[in-house]
Amino acid sequence: MMIKFGVVVFPGSNCDQDCFYVIKDVLNQPVEYIWHKETKISGFDCIVLPGGFSYGDYLRTGAVARFSPVMNAVKEFAEKGGLVIGICNGFQILLEAGLLPGAMLRNKNLRFICENVCLRVEKNNTSFTNLYAKKQVLKIPIAHNEGNYYLDKNSLEELKRNQQVVFRYCSASGEINEKYNPNGAIDNIAGIINKQGNVLGMMPHPERSAEKALGSEDGLFIFKSIVKFTQKR
Amino acid sequence: MIKPEIYHSLGLRDEDYQKILKILKREPTITELAMFSVEWSEHCSYSRSKKYLRFLPREGKYKVLVGEDAGGIVLDDLAVIFKMESHNHPSQIEPKQGAATGVGGIIRDIFTTGARPIALMDSLRFGPLTDSYNKFLLHGVVDGIQFYGNCLGVPTVGGEIYFESCYSGNCLVNVMSIGIAKRNKLARARATGVGNSILYVGASTGRDGIGGCSVLASQEFCNEVITSNEEKRPSVQIGDPFTEKCLIEATLEAINTGDIVGIKDMGAGGLTCATSEMAAAGGSGIEIELQNVPRREKGMESWEVMISESQERMLACVKKGKEKEIQNIFAKWDLNAVVIGKVTADRMVRVKDRGKVVAQIPADALANPPVYDLASKKPDYLDEIKKLDLDKISLPKNFNQVLLKLLSSPNIASKEWVYRQYDHMVQTNTVVLPGSDAAVLRLKENGRGTHLGGGTHLKGIAVTTDCNSRYCYLNPYRGAEIAVAEAMRNLVCVGAEPAGITDCLNFANPDKPDRYWQFKECIRGITDVCQFFQIPVVSGNVSFYNENPQDAIYPTPTIGMVGILPDINQRCNQYFKNEGDEIILLGICKEELGGSEYLKEIHSLVKGEIPELDLELEKSVQKTTLEVINQGLVNSAHDCSEGGLAVALAECCISRRSWSTDNREKKIGCKIDNLPSALKTDALLFGETQSRIVLSAKKSAVNKIKSIAQKNNTPLRIIGKTGGERLIIETDKRKVIDLPLDKLENSWRQD
Repeated sequence: MMIKFGVVVFPGSNCDQDCFYVIKDVLNQPVEYIWHKETKISGFDCIVLPGGFSYGDYLRTGAVARFSPVMNAVKEFAEKGGLVIGICNGFQILLEAGLLPGAMLRNKNLRFICENVCLRVEKNNTSFTNLYAKKQVLKIPIAHNEGNYYLDKNSLEELKRNQQVVFRYCSASGEINEKYNPNGAIDNIAGIINKQGNVLGMMPHPERSAEKALGSEDGLFIFKSIVKFTQKR
Repeated sequence: MIKPEIYHSLGLRDEDYQKILKILKREPTITELAMFSVEWSEHCSYSRSKKYLRFLPREGKYKVLVGEDAGGIVLDDLAVIFKMESHNHPSQIEPKQGAATGVGGIIRDIFTTGARPIALMDSLRFGPLTDSYNKFLLHGVVDGIQFYGNCLGVPTVGGEIYFESCYSGNCLVNVMSIGIAKRNKLARARATGVGNSILYVGASTGRDGIGGCSVLASQEFCNEVITSNEEKRPSVQIGDPFTEKCLIEATLEAINTGDIVGIKDMGAGGLTCATSEMAAAGGSGIEIELQNVPRREKGMESWEVMISESQERMLACVKKGKEKEIQNIFAKWDLNAVVIGKVTADRMVRVKDRGKVVAQIPADALANPPVYDLASKKPDYLDEIKKLDLDKISLPKNFNQVLLKLLSSPNIASKEWVYRQYDHMVQTNTVVLPGSDAAVLRLKENGRGTHLGGGTHLKGIAVTTDCNSRYCYLNPYRGAEIAVAEAMRNLVCVGAEPAGITDCLNFANPDKPDRYWQFKECIRGITDVCQFFQIPVVSGNVSFYNENPQDAIYPTPTIGMVGILPDINQRCNQYFKNEGDEIILLGICKEELGGSEYLKEIHSLVKGEIPELDLELEKSVQKTTLEVINQGLVNSAHDCSEGGLAVALAECCISRRSWSTDNREKKIGCKIDNLPSALKTDALLFGETQSRIVLSAKKSAVNKIKSIAQKNNTPLRIIGKTGGERLIIETDKRKVIDLPLDKLENSWRQD
């Protein structure tokens, strides 16, 4: 069974084509672009909000994109249980849209950071991570200016209690502490999921580590997990 | 009557003005005068350089594509388009916006050919960081590049940064971009077909950048550098990468329809440059109505609209009857696309404002300004500066200390803190990341608008920029030759065959004969070495007047170069991979310290004859390296450049990038115990003899490598073995370098 992906294109998205490429040419699944002015989306199994600088991100990352017509449709899609994954700017948009809790601050060194990092899988019983082992260390790069994930103490406790933390920044051997935190994110959090388990946001770019030529194929298994989950459904 | 003060203040000389009178057969209007002044400025017209640029070779192994604004090479059914351009003067005044708009400008030159930009490189030069203004410039420029490039989604995959005191007051910001198109989908920058429409596309026009590049870049900075430059700040343009990103997508989509006859960036010279050059290139005329030009400011005079350098704008010639279709594409991206005029047969650029003609100039005459050949004279400093008695240079007692100092010197130290701020992975093509001799990109053809079919090519491209300007100062001809040879060597070290050059020629005031001599010598050097290797120069840029009363820059002919990898799976990079590999040095070591980083950093000398360049030897070293890499015989390859053999070896040991921020993967040391013994130790370790490449290979591959070297007549020497956690170099059984890798790395990586 083929799984149909939709990649949303906001003006200023710049990882849309990379996600499209991985799904179509590496994963061999059907995929279509969804223009941000669309008000209805149908026929998709999974919606990808890609990275980039939607609307230039001149205000606050994702703050304008959340008002894009397509976001109402994405919300409806998610409410009905559709799978939504937000990568980098896509994650920031999900936060602004209230589909995930928390906010992004500027990186603690106040600079854009593009580099390879290690992530630990904190939760593998999700629609997005079912092909990973728990505590598996993944090699997936980051590239962002605002990846310093933040939420208040009570919300953080709740997030942990509900087991919504999916990825944490870690050392190559899976050790988690401030030393291996590239951007200052609270509790080394790199990716989270909503309570219902169908909306994932992550700062690292799985589409940039989905092929051997790029030095790591670890990211591909997020897309493969989505396919496996949906096929079982 | 137009007074001489007026045209002088616009940068026109008396003889230029006489020519204008002759062309028009009357006095120019103010609008016309402004148009001549920008179009005939050196920045737009190359009037002082054109005569010599014609000598640069245009032919090579790969078919060359020369367009109006950018050039490239043909690779199978693809066109690889590339160009490098300077944005020096604006960056010296307002570094962030200067650099940002530099990126924006070069990117537009690429995508207006129909090619999707796939990479950026930056070649930057500043004065010493001990001066706080230079520090401000460095951080501002890096910030501008990351601000603009990251937002665009075009990866910045490498470049270079050098520091020399001559760049205080005149920083250099050279930006190169590379794009890919289907060969049969390229667009030209010309207007043809009488009655076709002229479409204004992109951001609206304001007063920003009035006379920005063109007038600014054609003057030396005057005496009170800072204060007077403050006054020039309003003429630096402001960049909007978001609009540019939308322009890329919309333009590629529009070109793909086949209804665009020609399209051109409105960069330096704005509407004036775009109308006159598109008309001249197409052998046509253009008539426009200024009232139709979208504006962001009220009360602009017609001359202001004609020379404004507001960013993110383009001019397109569209087939009559297809305007609506093209406008719809731009409207989808919320961009202006307004018909402002049409193509005419009379070869005139005619500008109307509310129906009244405010300018009427023959397009050819405007677009082809007078070409000057200026007086030139060998500079006086050259004879003095060559005098260097190596015997009088005291031999350091502790070579470990020297090596650590060189590794931490600004020109050699790791630039990771810079490229870490650039998104160098977006588009997922970067298969050799920044930090090696060259970056390698695979060629993946996907993407809306320019959908070229899926999948990836086996072939890839490698990109590098190079110029040792200190060499060019000490010996302009050979320095330029070395810049080309070293750029080639960089490409060869990642497994790419050098294929084409774009040059960005930065020089001081050409009106001074000794500066013009440097320019001519550098061109001669590039020409000769390109001819020898059959490497074409496909595009380029000239930036003169990089000079202030305190100092003139070293001649800096920056070479941007593209190479072809037959198979990206055979790509190579510079760091050691395995313990116990044999370390091989191709080429020979000579006693050459002139112009070296060692002399400058350790002995405070910028002197001496620069290293020799034996073109036959260079060719043979490159040929052997390419063959052994393509046959998969070696595990690493690294060029010896600034800092010589010792620095190259240290970089082989410590430059491996790892996945986790602080948990660096294991570095591999080496022991070098078979170096030629006849040389002075400092020359052996730190001399910058050309045509040398350090390889590492499994023992079992060594015989094959030897026989390839023998066949190509390449000098080869096995100098040691990889392994351990130290860098050890022995000469005559004496350890001259013995350092733990951690210590080397700490010196080299300074944030």
